[in-house]
Amino acid sequence: MKTSVIVFPGSNCDRDAAVALEAATGHPPAMVWHGDAELPNSDLIVLPGGFSYGDYLRSGAMAAHSPVMREVVKRAKGGTPVLGICNGFQVLTEARLLPGVLMRNATLKFICKDVYLKVERSDSMFTHRYVLGEVVRFPVAHKDGSYFADEDTLDRLEGEGRVAFRYCEASGAVTEVGNPNGSSRNIAGIYNETGTVLGLMPHPERLADPALSGTDGAKMFASLVEALP
Amino acid sequence: MNIVAKAARALKAPSRDIVAEHGLSPEEYRRLVDAIGREPSLTELGIFSVMWSEHCSYKSSRVWLKKLPTQGPQVIQGPGENAGVVDIGDGHAAVFKMESHNHPSYIEPYQGAATGVGGIMRDVFTMGARPIANMNALRFGAPDHPKTRHLVAGVVSGIGDYGNCMGVPTVGGETNFDPRYNDNILVNAMTVGLVDAKRIFRSAAKGVGLPVVYVGSKTGRDGIHGATMASAEFDEASEEKRPTVQVGDPFTEKLLLEACLELMATDTIVAIQDMGAAGLTSSSVEMADKGGVGIELELARVPTREEGMTAYEMMLSESQERMLMVLKPGVEVQAERVFKKWGLDFAVIGYTTDTGRLVVRHAGAVEADIPLAALAQAAPVYERPWTPKTPPAALDPHDVPAPNSLLDCLEIMLDSPHLASRRWIWEQYDHMVMADTVQRPGGDAAVVRVHGTQKGLAISCDVTPRYCAADPREGAKQAVAECWRNLTAAGADPLAITDCLNFGNPERPEIMGEFVGAIEGMAEACAALSFPVVSGNVSLYNETNGAAIPPTPAVGGVGLIPDIAQMATIALKRDGNLLLLLGAEHGQLGQSLYTQIMLERSHGAPPPVDLDTERRTGDLVRNLIREGAVSAVHDVSDGGLLVAIAEMALAGNQGVTLETAPDHLPAHALWFGEDQARYVVEAAPDKADAIHKAAALAEVPIRLLGRVGGDAIAITGETPLPLKTLRAVHEDWLPRFMAHG
Repeated sequence: MKTSVIVFPGSNCDRDAAVALEAATGHPPAMVWHGDAELPNSDLIVLPGGFSYGDYLRSGAMAAHSPVMREVVKRAKGGTPVLGICNGFQVLTEARLLPGVLMRNATLKFICKDVYLKVERSDSMFTHRYVLGEVVRFPVAHKDGSYFADEDTLDRLEGEGRVAFRYCEASGAVTEVGNPNGSSRNIAGIYNETGTVLGLMPHPERLADPALSGTDGAKMFASLVEALP
Repeated sequence: MNIVAKAARALKAPSRDIVAEHGLSPEEYRRLVDAIGREPSLTELGIFSVMWSEHCSYKSSRVWLKKLPTQGPQVIQGPGENAGVVDIGDGHAAVFKMESHNHPSYIEPYQGAATGVGGIMRDVFTMGARPIANMNALRFGAPDHPKTRHLVAGVVSGIGDYGNCMGVPTVGGETNFDPRYNDNILVNAMTVGLVDAKRIFRSAAKGVGLPVVYVGSKTGRDGIHGATMASAEFDEASEEKRPTVQVGDPFTEKLLLEACLELMATDTIVAIQDMGAAGLTSSSVEMADKGGVGIELELARVPTREEGMTAYEMMLSESQERMLMVLKPGVEVQAERVFKKWGLDFAVIGYTTDTGRLVVRHAGAVEADIPLAALAQAAPVYERPWTPKTPPAALDPHDVPAPNSLLDCLEIMLDSPHLASRRWIWEQYDHMVMADTVQRPGGDAAVVRVHGTQKGLAISCDVTPRYCAADPREGAKQAVAECWRNLTAAGADPLAITDCLNFGNPERPEIMGEFVGAIEGMAEACAALSFPVVSGNVSLYNETNGAAIPPTPAVGGVGLIPDIAQMATIALKRDGNLLLLLGAEHGQLGQSLYTQIMLERSHGAPPPVDLDTERRTGDLVRNLIREGAVSAVHDVSDGGLLVAIAEMALAGNQGVTLETAPDHLPAHALWFGEDQARYVVEAAPDKADAIHKAAALAEVPIRLLGRVGGDAIAITGETPLPLKTLRAVHEDWLPRFMAHG
């Protein structure tokens, strides 16, 4: 399985993503610089976390217009799976591969902590190693993570089964208490229409190693390894 | 006669007012004139003023700093470089330093703290290391002071935004609230980096005719005279010093980090120095002076972001995210390619020479021509008069009133600014990026894994200002000992420290006496614990209108855990396990949080530190951790034994039932006394014998405290205190304080 991690100036979870990918696939991913118009053949493209271009405009807005993203969009539309984590999710929305936007957290502060997520789909290439409704623990680390879309879009996402994860309490209750950033309907991650593009704010790659006090994130990479060639 | 001298003669000498505005005393100005043999130009005066500022020259502290132990088999680089370096085996080295950004953070908390973090990270990656962890030690004024909330919010946000954007985890630190910091907060930032021990970069520009290269951000008019500002007291007009505070751009620093590390992987750099305090002036002077060469700069080539900047402004600007490098000849094109890739400015702005002089030209005119020896070696060094502080008498615990209920008292103490959870702070810091944080904030030490290995670096920042205020010498000993103990409690071999020595105005003999006492105490503790100082900084003049901060010698320590599988945490693990105390009990309530919180007074001597006992007890605990005999460890410090137990219970979400305490001391002295060299450990019952034997062998007293279990803290004769109640008050204080007031 060939994977690529896109590196923007200001990406800072590129290494973390690469470590998790290598642990799951047995091969180091290609690290692709934002200025490269060439993107190697990839079975999976990962947009990592960080502060692309400093995120001094809207988070992810500059990266969405970088040369490599034109190619990423083309591949995504051609069916290549794309995983956007944190800043990568923001880039995916700015590049219109996913609907909605990530706004400033309701607390207006950066928040870094473990959160609980409810697995809303266990039949996707990203999540089939999870059980439907399972509660998993992933860390979040962001200032702009409040998912927002208009009511029609939210209804459509829910109706089409495109909500991947929702923030919840340890018990699995989807409540305001379990929502760390004020996201609409507690949405933590969403799919595109074909289920081949996943964007999420929490970091599966940060809890994919037993030494880091949790491995819930590892199942996402294991799912991909099983589902992809 | 050179051009500057002619120009200087044509102009009249700088007036007395201009000299005073530059922070030089009349005596220092005479020294300057003697050193260069004439009156200086304005640019030269500016250069001298920053190089001879307290901040850059250490003129009041230098003679005393020599007393600190700086050697050891683990030390690769001691003080004098951008950061210290210690050997951590297998060809790896840890690079670390702590630095203050006190004055700017008070004036402009967000940018002051942010650029403090940016500056200390630059110091570390200048050495060739990738920063892998940040820490900070913060002191704020009283919670009820009108400025405190604003300062806390700004400082925390500034530290967070900078480190978060850089992608370097901020893994912990410490925070105090004390009215004596009302008008002078302290922001001390520490960075730890990792480097290949064979590829450490230094700042000595050895070689003549080598290109001097400027990289990073453009130079603007920000931060001019920051170093001079940080070398004076505050008064009512200090708010007007806001323009001397620099503005941070963590994105550019992230690019600078990656570009520097990329270039460092090639064989092109002779010397490198970040442009921190006093910017282009101190970086060029230090590189040339250490290399024993001269340096010539053409300022027209310096990338600037503003039109019409003068030589004076360019030499004194403290614009952030800039580096000065001396390259091998002929590699300029290769080096430039790297910096262009990262979208950064790159300019050859001068050459090293054999003249031993700093020559600054600007568009043809010579703006400064100074012998480097005058700037560096002829800098004033003061042996300031000092008066030792008489420490208060020890406090007899029998003279300290007892509370009605120990558990009520515990609840009140954990609901106070001094012991409340700092979660509100560290959740604003990305403490997990780089995916190697194996022990997160909230314990005795943070632990980051050495990437790709099973080794871990334990890191802790410590000092107890109220102890230092009562007895600077004993307090400074305690700071070093507590840091050593915190690293030990995580299972690490303590390696070395960096320090940030924050004091008031050294021109006052009582302040200088505090400084001398603290140095002596630190030196004694560092020597006894084989815990040398490898880097650090001194921040003086932390006072406003004659009121100084308590002496605050902050210590940042690094230790090595050979295998993170043998790391200890403070969290209690299992029902039925035993809780044991290792260390002697004397019921020291002098300067304790018990008296401060419950009786609203701080009196008596701080707890004495017996370094031999400290070492013996710590070595015992570390061995027990490595042997797997204990399942949780916590050192006893602020608040005493019952607070330590409560913190372990909360961290593990496990209750405890405590045995009745021995009655040779009043119960409140046993439970809240802050005796040093003590650890609470959790152990399975079948390990108890072995632990008792090991303790006896090490001549360390041991006492069974109680048993793990349930969901409350229970003491004979009192209503158990549910963990849920305790957690609520402990977690709620800081968010509530920040939200309301």
